[in-house]
Amino acid sequence: MNRSFIAFVRKEVTHIVRDPRTMLIALLIPVVQMILFGFAISTELNDVEVVVATPKMTPAIESKVAQMAQNPYITFRGYITTDKVDHCLSSNEALAVVVFSRDYDRNGKFQIVADASNTTTAQTATGYLTNILSESKAAVAPNVRILFNPQLKSSYNFVPGIMGLIFILICAMLTSVSIVREKETGTMEVLLVSPIRPVMIVVAKMIPYFALACIDLVSILLISRYALDVPLSGSMTALFALSFVYIILALALGLFVSTLVESQMAALLISGMVFMMPVIMLSGMMFPIENMPTVLQWVSNIVPARWYIPAMRKIMIEGLGFGYVAKEGLVLTFMAVALVAISVKRFNNRLQ
Amino acid sequence: MERNDVITADNLTKRFGDFTAVDAISFSVRRGEIFGFLGANGAGKSTAMRMLCGLSVPTSGHASVAGCDVARESEKVKRHIGYMSQRFSLYNDMTVRQNIALFAGIYGLSSSQIKERCRELAETLAFEKEFDMPVAVLPLGQQQKLSFAVATIHSPEVVFLDEPTGGVDPLTRRQFWEMIYKAADEGTTVFVTTHYMDEAEYCHRVSIMVDGKIEALGTPGELKAMFNAAGMDEVFRFLARRATRQ
Repeated sequence: MNRSFIAFVRKEVTHIVRDPRTMLIALLIPVVQMILFGFAISTELNDVEVVVATPKMTPAIESKVAQMAQNPYITFRGYITTDKVDHCLSSNEALAVVVFSRDYDRNGKFQIVADASNTTTAQTATGYLTNILSESKAAVAPNVRILFNPQLKSSYNFVPGIMGLIFILICAMLTSVSIVREKETGTMEVLLVSPIRPVMIVVAKMIPYFALACIDLVSILLISRYALDVPLSGSMTALFALSFVYIILALALGLFVSTLVESQMAALLISGMVFMMPVIMLSGMMFPIENMPTVLQWVSNIVPARWYIPAMRKIMIEGLGFGYVAKEGLVLTFMAVALVAISVKRFNNRLQ
Repeated sequence: MERNDVITADNLTKRFGDFTAVDAISFSVRRGEIFGFLGANGAGKSTAMRMLCGLSVPTSGHASVAGCDVARESEKVKRHIGYMSQRFSLYNDMTVRQNIALFAGIYGLSSSQIKERCRELAETLAFEKEFDMPVAVLPLGQQQKLSFAVATIHSPEVVFLDEPTGGVDPLTRRQFWEMIYKAADEGTTVFVTTHYMDEAEYCHRVSIMVDGKIEALGTPGELKAMFNAAGMDEVFRFLARRATRQ
């Protein structure tokens, strides 16, 4: 049995090594995504174009505008009259317009009009402007401290998200495709007639993908530590333990898909669409779970990434240890055990 | 059961819901025999063969292969049989040598045994040059011969061949049958399904399945005499016409 198992693992490794494209995808996708999200794509807004509308010029307004224009996140685009505000926004000349009241010198009133055709940028822009313009007026300025990510770098936010995505992609997608391929080509039949036990076929298939996922995990951690300066200050043991559980869960998901479908294309579609979408939409990676309708919040509970990604955030960014991610760890372990059991059972039943 | 019977089936039946795919078939195959298992598409051949290989559990009846019960000892059965399917079932992206090593390894041969088998096969198959090329580059005939060599790599007691020569030219088919004869001479029992009636003539005995039942069983000579036919294809057509399925 042992000898046949080793022969089988060697065969799986041969398949992957023989197909450099798969290996390249598996090893390069995480690196490319990390670099994309880390350097190129971010939710930060660096260049808010602002126009000022005022019924009359006063020294107070002038100094306020000068102060605003100095801010590195703001690009001041000049003055307009108050009747041009709508036109200015609809023609995309500016993202926001600051309108000063006629009696600004006395009551300090002003209005911010923002183009919310993109809500994210509108919110960020109004946030910036409110801060800059109201600062000195407030009697007591609140002392704001932003913990864990003082510069609000979006890469901190994306690294755990990418990890949640990558493992589903590599483990679930590649395993399901590789199992279904054997069904398609008819080799599965030959394997089932051989003395190797069906469960061993599956385990042997998972080993190389598990190894690939581990290489990805290490390269993601190295990039986040040394290229993106993510603190990684929490317990590394907890990080690896949770990641291993999550990887096993993803592998089981791949096996589960392979019991549902008969073609590689279908396997690819299911793992690509049905699994990736919830990871992106419902895991809290992009959109906060707290803001979702209650029903979606319930649904999000069955998405493994919804537990994995926040746990990774706690460990990597907040620097917490095992105790703080115990709940996530338990949920993930439970899910992994259940999914492995269901998938193996389904796989065996299909053989009858 | 006689000592020399390697395969016995006793009222072997498989039902899928209301549909009886295999309807209480009984037969036995002797050691070293080449047994042709014929039948039109959908007659139940494959289902019967899957039960004998331990892939599918019989609904009722019994069968034993190499002294093991197919229902209760399917894992043991698998150790004593070889199997070659109608679809080419080696790994195209791996080399000839890697395929041999894989299946030899699965059947528990040691690495020195594997080397020895590779040397032997290089001689019998006569394409040693291609041993380190991917299987995909071999012509179909050689792929099928290799499949057969791999299916018998562990010298099984019984080898099941499911339409092994589909799409192969007559000359290669002849060579293929020489390999089958050689294996049978060495004591391997060969259980083969085919649609080629000239191949049926090569078998020691044949059975013909119609609608899940075995309608005729005997040597090709006996069957031709029984149905007063000139060739096996005449016998086959006569029986297959009785089918009510499909």
